[in-house]
Amino acid sequence: MNFIDTHLLSLILFVPALAAVIILFLPNGENRVFRWFAFGASFIPFVLSLLVWFRFDANQSGFQFEEIYVWYEAIGSSLHLGVDGLSLTMVLLTTILTPLSILASFSITDRVKAYMILFLLLETGMLGVFMALDLLIFFVFWEVGLVPMYFLINQWGSANRNYASLKFLIYTMGGSLGLLLGIQLLGVLFNTYDLQIITAQWSTYTEDIAGIPASTFKTVAFWAFVIAFAIKVPVWPFHTWLPDAHTEAPTAGSMILAGVLLKLGAYGFLRLILPLYPEQARVFAGALAVLATAAIVFGAFASYAQTDFKRLVAYSSVNHMGFVVLGIAAAGLASGTPDAHIALNGAILQMFNHGLSAAGMFFLVGVIYERTHTRNLNEFGGLFPLVPVYGGILIFTSMASLGLPGLNGFVSEFLVVRGAWPILPVYTAIAMLGLLFTGAYILKGIKMVLHGPLNEHWAPAGGEHKLTEINTREILVMVPLMALILWIGIWPAWILDVINKAVVRLF
Amino acid sequence: MNFPVLSVITFTPMVAAVLILLLPAQRKNEARAVALAAATFALILSLWAYFNYDQAAAGYQFVEKYTWLNLGQLNISLHFGVDGISMPLVLLTGVVMFTGVLISWGDDHPHVMAGIQDRPREFFAFLFVLASGVFGVFVSLDLFMLFFFYEIAVFPMYLLIVIWGWIVTREYAAMKLTLYLFIGSVVSLVGVLVMYWVAGQNTGVYTFDMLQMEKAGFSQTFQDIWFLPVFLGFAVLGGIWPFHNWSPDGHVAAPTAVSMFHAGVLMKLGAFAALRVGIMLLPQGAQTWSWLIMMFAAIAVVYGAYIAFVQTDFKYMVGFSSVSHMGLVMLGFSTLNRDGLLGSGVQMFSHGVMTALFFAVVGMIYDRAHTREIPELGGINKIMPFATIGFIIGGLVSMGMPGFSGFVAEFPIFMGVWGTQWLVAVIASISIVITAAYIMRNIRQVFFGELPQKFEGHLTDITILDKVAIVVLCLFMIVIGLFPNFMVPLVQTGVDNILRLLGGA
Amino acid sequence: MFTPTVFASILPEILILVIALLVLVVEPFWKEEKRRNVGWLVAGSLLLAMVISFLFGQPGEPTATLGGMVRFDWLGFFFKQLFMFAAAVTALLLMENEKVGRRGEAYLLMLASLIGMNLMASAGDLVMLYLAIETTSIPLYVLAGFMLADEKSTEAGFKYLLFGAMTSAVMLYGFSLLFGFTGTTDIYQLIGKLQPGIATFGVLALILVGIGFKVSVVPFHFWAPDVYEGAPTPVAGFLSTASKAAGFAVLIRLFFVAFPDFAPSWTLALAILSAVTMTVGNLLALPQTNIKRLLAFSSISHAGYALIGAVALSQLGAASVVFYLAAYILTNLLAFGIVMAFSRVTGLEDLKDYSGMSRRSPWLALMMLAAFLSLAGMPPFGGFVAKVFVFAAGIQAGYVWLVVIGILNSIVGVYYYLNALKYVYLFRMPEQDEENHPVPLTRPYVIALAVLAIGVILIGTVFAPWFSWSDAAALNLF
Repeated sequence: MNFIDTHLLSLILFVPALAAVIILFLPNGENRVFRWFAFGASFIPFVLSLLVWFRFDANQSGFQFEEIYVWYEAIGSSLHLGVDGLSLTMVLLTTILTPLSILASFSITDRVKAYMILFLLLETGMLGVFMALDLLIFFVFWEVGLVPMYFLINQWGSANRNYASLKFLIYTMGGSLGLLLGIQLLGVLFNTYDLQIITAQWSTYTEDIAGIPASTFKTVAFWAFVIAFAIKVPVWPFHTWLPDAHTEAPTAGSMILAGVLLKLGAYGFLRLILPLYPEQARVFAGALAVLATAAIVFGAFASYAQTDFKRLVAYSSVNHMGFVVLGIAAAGLASGTPDAHIALNGAILQMFNHGLSAAGMFFLVGVIYERTHTRNLNEFGGLFPLVPVYGGILIFTSMASLGLPGLNGFVSEFLVVRGAWPILPVYTAIAMLGLLFTGAYILKGIKMVLHGPLNEHWAPAGGEHKLTEINTREILVMVPLMALILWIGIWPAWILDVINKAVVRLF
Repeated sequence: MNFPVLSVITFTPMVAAVLILLLPAQRKNEARAVALAAATFALILSLWAYFNYDQAAAGYQFVEKYTWLNLGQLNISLHFGVDGISMPLVLLTGVVMFTGVLISWGDDHPHVMAGIQDRPREFFAFLFVLASGVFGVFVSLDLFMLFFFYEIAVFPMYLLIVIWGWIVTREYAAMKLTLYLFIGSVVSLVGVLVMYWVAGQNTGVYTFDMLQMEKAGFSQTFQDIWFLPVFLGFAVLGGIWPFHNWSPDGHVAAPTAVSMFHAGVLMKLGAFAALRVGIMLLPQGAQTWSWLIMMFAAIAVVYGAYIAFVQTDFKYMVGFSSVSHMGLVMLGFSTLNRDGLLGSGVQMFSHGVMTALFFAVVGMIYDRAHTREIPELGGINKIMPFATIGFIIGGLVSMGMPGFSGFVAEFPIFMGVWGTQWLVAVIASISIVITAAYIMRNIRQVFFGELPQKFEGHLTDITILDKVAIVVLCLFMIVIGLFPNFMVPLVQTGVDNILRLLGGA
Repeated sequence: MFTPTVFASILPEILILVIALLVLVVEPFWKEEKRRNVGWLVAGSLLLAMVISFLFGQPGEPTATLGGMVRFDWLGFFFKQLFMFAAAVTALLLMENEKVGRRGEAYLLMLASLIGMNLMASAGDLVMLYLAIETTSIPLYVLAGFMLADEKSTEAGFKYLLFGAMTSAVMLYGFSLLFGFTGTTDIYQLIGKLQPGIATFGVLALILVGIGFKVSVVPFHFWAPDVYEGAPTPVAGFLSTASKAAGFAVLIRLFFVAFPDFAPSWTLALAILSAVTMTVGNLLALPQTNIKRLLAFSSISHAGYALIGAVALSQLGAASVVFYLAAYILTNLLAFGIVMAFSRVTGLEDLKDYSGMSRRSPWLALMMLAAFLSLAGMPPFGGFVAKVFVFAAGIQAGYVWLVVIGILNSIVGVYYYLNALKYVYLFRMPEQDEENHPVPLTRPYVIALAVLAIGVILIGTVFAPWFSWSDAAALNLF
């Protein structure tokens, strides 16, 4: 037990990668073996992160479960892991969603082995970002997650996958270029990559760098960081890769993409930008708020305009993530105030919530797509009577996404709006209008799929209709998600407590 | 006297070459077997040396010194020794030699004609003479011997390309390559000879021993004048822009194993000699001119990547990517600081292994598909999954993806550039995105998608020897990527020595 | 008069004379078809003579013997050994020549010329020098035109004669003027006796013409390609190596010993000659399609490289010239030997006829590779080290510009040497049936070529002993 106690984080981090290697050496053969092995392997981090969650002491300041290993001594980088309330929430989200996504991908039949390997590697990449306390390690895992995702989209995606996957890759890599350069600069300046040391020194750094005033340099570096993360979030106008990538990705890929990968960007804002550039964050909060508001409003409009079910859900991500950024912008402007803390609480909870609901939505889109082989909303209609269970689940999840009180989305969006209102009243007001359209597009989606006149195409012929009901495995995927959605909606305190204490201490 | 491991490594290929030539011409498999045995032996020895290098002691180790000519004002000795910079390169040569022999073994499948089927005896003999030269350059501490081995490494290239190369361009490419390299090397020769006499006058000791020449106390003016000819002369072989022109043509025309050697090891030879002779013996000259080298290197990095991006010939793409990556090595040199040099040291190894893998896979595909036009290829992974994975890993290294050796190497280079000229770091970093774009696009186009109709049925998978080669190469890239300490501290001992020569820093 | 020293100083010549007499005696007793065995006899006994003179004829302190006619020193000794080696190899190559090899006179003429060369290398007096030069030249005129039925051979002999006679007359005029100005013919007495002035430079120029012809520097090179092409190939090989080296021996001894006071002027002249020779030789070699003509022009350019060492006017310079010539003799003989071996079987001498040679005879191809790469100055062959030393001497003396020209020329050289190898290794015979056209080698060739090839590699790798001897030889000039 002792080993597990002292290496909890590294176990969570590397068990998936290890499992991937084991799968690589498993003999080719039964797909079933790979599926269950991967599922089982992804369950271990989940159990371990639950362990971490319960052992985590929210009242203690600083990072917990810290581990530090020699990695790249020569340039002052080490494998330094640790979690606080902020990152632990994200770790939990990741370890919950990964097994569910793997379960959701049991319907994959093509090259299951490679698929599972990539999926597990992806999990390691994402977890690494959330746990890293070393800038270089942060970047390493940031990029590591990219490649499996690229191949998941490229190999198991739908028709337009080549274009979408390359766009995804180039956008993200191009975006992270500024991040890379910024990280290098910090490393050169401080001769270490340890996040805590750099945070302490850089935020108050005032000397000239290469003859350029520190403030100018910081501004440039700030924007380099912002662009890198904004692309990942994605913030309007850097979001155009997202609908393509989501739409073309396989179902489980979309789940993880929306559920976790987008959170990486927001996490970057919280973990790096706000602590490293408090000054710049305040100065440019207005600009960020503009982008966030634009994301909310345009995301909603764009979503409403879609006829492709999956694109509709994809644009909804832009819309929802806009609230996260709005919260962050508010916090940047008025850092340290109670309002800012409320907004940040909302933003972080929104990240978690959106992870749950977006994953659920994408999965449900996938379920219907597998049966109908179309995502065109116009080809659906009136399906509710045919698949009542599916319909119920879809409505439930949509409502969470819409922000229905009693479900989780409401809690977080309310917090963001409540926190941002005194700080950025105008933008918040506009964002509220966007929220209105959120309702509109979600209801439109439900209507066009489930209600209205039954599309003749699916009409029962000879008593048997062509659609089959959602099966047990698929329900099993949805049950944990729905449970969490409901739980947080009714009693958010268990998670907000952890988040809040971290937020108050950090910002 | 300890076991003379360096001279055994250096002369093993030479002896093997003679043995192979003594075999009867018809016995192809025997020639291959001797080649493989010698390559394995050299690889094992270089691994042994690698792990027995005492990092705490640093400096030149496994030193051997035999007086070769000691007469009046001419002092030449066979002085071997390795430091933190050259040790990885010796290992690299061992690895590339081993894998090069493996993939040249060939496949007797009637559709394939992979590997070397025509006169394998001569092929391996020439290749091994080349390998001996390469080893010799890396371990020589005597400037004359360094030069001697340098030339030995250059001329077999002509024959290897012209005889076994791609029929369309081999004559042109081989001659172009040889002339470029020869011009570069003789330009350096003039500089080297001038340095020899001036060092002798300054110190009263006339010797080609580089450890002595380091103390020659060349004047600032002298160094300013002679640094560029010496450095650039060698750097031609390192593929420095604007003298890189020979390299893609040469890569493309060469047979697979030779491309591997050429891009994997020979280009390092140029970079290494430029470092050892140019920067280490003329450090102040290097300081004067580092801006120019940095400019050339930065252009090479971006330009090489862009040209690679627009290629439709698979092998040209890889060839130009080498220009881009060797530009990074030069970029690291030009920083003259710890991080940059460290990165360059690792990058030389990393790029060597990576590009060897690239060329190996490209060769495997070409041998079977008989085309290298990227648009004509597709779906290769259905036939050669192993090669696909290998190429993807190489591609990730090439992109500087974390977790692989490329990242470990490129990151300090950029840090070093930040330390000297931040704008260059920003410009050069563009290449990362371009590289990612062309690598990913080509992986998708060549390995995935539909298998063209004309390949149905007659493409075959690679042989088991090919797979071994791929595994060996990938292993090094992953191990270094995950555990930088496998190589970085070693390189650092070498870098410290260079920094000492650069004065104080 | 005949003290042991005197005897030792001309021991090689005596031995050669004995061999010549032996040939005269033995040859008539052998039947026509067995007469080629004279080659074995000559080669073997020359080797024996080398060994004997090496054991008993080593010089100590430089001395003048025979009334100052002969210098007994390492410079002469080393060159004599080289010449005898070259002659031995040439004898082996001669015997396989259908038209020449069965005639004892050919060997006799070669031996006579060899005596002349030996004396050229050791002459200490202008009179002796002139006699030696004529002794060398006249048999060679005959040898070059030896194949009477062959128009080209006759032309070669005649051309060689005309050029040779004229330039030696010019040189003789120079010698006589020298005597007139100084009152002595002893080379070692000349120093300090000449006054600077137009007349002196004129004298030096006249002498340079004569030597320039021997070593075939531009512009006195016109005879070389035609003669090499027309003369029997072994003779061409001999001409381009031993005869040329003898010219160099004279050049360095005469100019280093007698005229160091006028150094800046004649070294500059030599530098210009060197530059022009290298450049013209290499550029003219480029378009050649006949391999003997190619080698002829290449050998012209090599005289240019070797001159760089002489230009340096230093001990290292002289040593590097001697070393260069040693490497060059081995290499060029190897090249000519291969050409002979090939044309003996095929009767062809064009570059394109060498297509597919590596498949017809891999070993011959490999040796050609060694020879041509050595000529191009690539390691591990002798040409590389030799070139580096010559360049090093040039740079030491401050002639960086000349070295740069030399280097540019090497690049041109690399081009055409590699181009020739391309035929050997890359191109194929028109029917691609090389296995039906092997190039068998007879025993004399195998021995000669193997010895030469090993020598080329040895001198390029284990160069210390060779260079020490060259250096010892050079030491005698200062």
